[in-house]
Amino acid sequence: MSAAGPTAIHTQGLGKRYVLGLHRRGYDTLRESLSRAGRAAAVRALRRGESGPARPELWALRDFSLTIRAGEVVGLIGHNGAGKTTLLKILSRITEPSEGWADVTGRVGSLLEVGTGFHPELTGRENVFLNGAILGMRRSEIRRRFDEIVAFAEVERFLDTPVKRYSSGMSVRLAFAVAAHLEPEILLVDEVLAVGDAAFQRKSFAKMASVAKEGRTVIVVSHNLAVVRALCERAILLEGGRIAADDTAPAAIDRYLRALERAASDDLLQRPDRDSRGWQASLIRRVQVRPPRGDADVVIGGGPVTIAVDVTEILPDLECRLTILNNLGQPVATFDSELVSPVDLRNTELGERLECEIEELALLPGRYRVDVLLKGRRQIQDGLQAAAFFDVEPGLVGDRPIAAMGADGDVTFRHRWRLPA
Amino acid sequence: MIRTPEKPASAGARRHSSATTVETIRLQPTRGFGRVLAPGELWRYRELALQIAVRDITVRYRQTFLGAVWAVLQPVVTMVVFSIFFGRLAHIGSGGHSYPLFSLAGLVPWTFFANSLLLGADSLVGNSSLVSKTYFPRIFIPGAVIVAGLVDLSIATVILIVVVLAAGSAITPAILALPLLVAIACAAALGTASVLAAANVRFRDVRYIVPFAVQIWLFVTPVVYPITLVPPGWRTVIALNPMVGVVEGFHWAVLGGEGAPWTLIGISAAAALALLAGGLAYFDRVERRFADLL
Repeated sequence: MSAAGPTAIHTQGLGKRYVLGLHRRGYDTLRESLSRAGRAAAVRALRRGESGPARPELWALRDFSLTIRAGEVVGLIGHNGAGKTTLLKILSRITEPSEGWADVTGRVGSLLEVGTGFHPELTGRENVFLNGAILGMRRSEIRRRFDEIVAFAEVERFLDTPVKRYSSGMSVRLAFAVAAHLEPEILLVDEVLAVGDAAFQRKSFAKMASVAKEGRTVIVVSHNLAVVRALCERAILLEGGRIAADDTAPAAIDRYLRALERAASDDLLQRPDRDSRGWQASLIRRVQVRPPRGDADVVIGGGPVTIAVDVTEILPDLECRLTILNNLGQPVATFDSELVSPVDLRNTELGERLECEIEELALLPGRYRVDVLLKGRRQIQDGLQAAAFFDVEPGLVGDRPIAAMGADGDVTFRHRWRLPA
Repeated sequence: MIRTPEKPASAGARRHSSATTVETIRLQPTRGFGRVLAPGELWRYRELALQIAVRDITVRYRQTFLGAVWAVLQPVVTMVVFSIFFGRLAHIGSGGHSYPLFSLAGLVPWTFFANSLLLGADSLVGNSSLVSKTYFPRIFIPGAVIVAGLVDLSIATVILIVVVLAAGSAITPAILALPLLVAIACAAALGTASVLAAANVRFRDVRYIVPFAVQIWLFVTPVVYPITLVPPGWRTVIALNPMVGVVEGFHWAVLGGEGAPWTLIGISAAAALALLAGGLAYFDRVERRFADLL
């Protein structure tokens, strides 16, 4: 927020309304549409003057007014469905606002998905040109930076191979490489830094950081709060489509973490920000992280713990995936019941509860959260981020104290040293 | 920098050039027309339009085992079937030409038109990730289908001319009318395909209706029968079907004949332009909702 450049983005009362029912499945069939028109006409005929039954609406974004100056790097954080992606879609002209307006000064490059428009039948070379054009690069510009893009993606040898023969890692790298060499004045990025292997992610992150330093205006959406904290000086917290905080990145992140915790302690059935892929035949009711003795939600590092998930309905093939994340939203460990082991049990006495027993939770002291994904009938039924929080107190792993301060990483392992005397 | 907020909301993205040559675009709710039909916007995204068309052409030929042979095989095989059933068995006339030549001359533009509708209707839904994740004038998607179809049409036309020459007929200067006829067919195809593609986003039944509608359309176009079967007074009426003028024009331009069917071509050209204008207008009106529906 230091050198205040000219205005890059200025919005006033921006809002986006979706009509529900249409939004959930998108399209209609002619029959439904005709019968609805018929019903509406009948209703109008019966109650003259009144309009037909209004279809439920959802404001994905409302009253969004703010100014972003050229050269600012702004993080956009908030729950699922808070309006982050909707805002990016409006600013990149994919969809129109329902009210209000936004003035955007400068060429906009938006990266809402890695590899949009990649065609499996086309070769790597052809896809670079197609994808570059889709992202708004001129042909001459792509040609100039072609070698750089290919080198970044590390796919030189396979340039004339159709992308359908690439491994998924290769095509993701190539797609990100094209996007990373985009040179717009304003860059909109949605959760795309989480692709590829760890080494590639580091490289992508470094690239983004250098883009941010070049004085371009960047808006980043990420669930990884460490990324937001590292890249952005300013962050905006969205709640229910409205601005809940517009502050320095650490302050906004802090506010978001507190909001997350509040939501986790409430009845989880009240949470509106559920995974949009869920069929919702069974819902996550409560998630508890409990040591065998003592307080819930306080765990001694290296000690045993049970994560219990209460659901509303027992379905065939009920499966659960738990992800433990650190305080910055970075995943630490995943436990997936679909990877079957002979030590697992299916027990009718459990009722509507799934339990994951961890013998030795070798986490460093700190605050962690649990994301839950529930599957049943071989489909995703429900998903919640930050369904529970817990604190890890300093403890022992294999009789060795876990470093409480100044340690890197989030986990440790049972280990033994051999030292010269 | 900030202008008066309330302005007539006619064009969604108004551009203002400021002193620094960086332009400001205003994004706001729009009503009415002027998105698709804004030439500046189409010109700005011309390179993307080209890339999408190149993709459609490349994929069409690479994906299929027979590749470019398809462009020829489809009208030729249909010609053989028609010649057997309509020519030999049903003894339908062919305006003084041999039935195979006559039907092939009609089938070449017809196949282009039919494929444009069939592939065009699915084009937006088939490119849903492109439409919901990036911005560009959406008309490029059905437009690219038609441009890719033109490649097929060119190959098929060359084969048609070769076949005519091989059959011992002469090619007359009338052949120079082909580009005009193709232009009429393109206008009709783009107008119809853009309506179908847009409607298919909203109503997924469209894809089931199109093959059926194309079949019916074939029989109200003089492809399998000569237009002389239609009473003279009605010919100008059925020429409101743009493909009537195009097919009749192909018969005359490639096979020769006494008089040029300029009246039919003129009526069909006018109908094609009306179809194009109406189709683009409808597309323009519903385009802004595509990303929300896909």
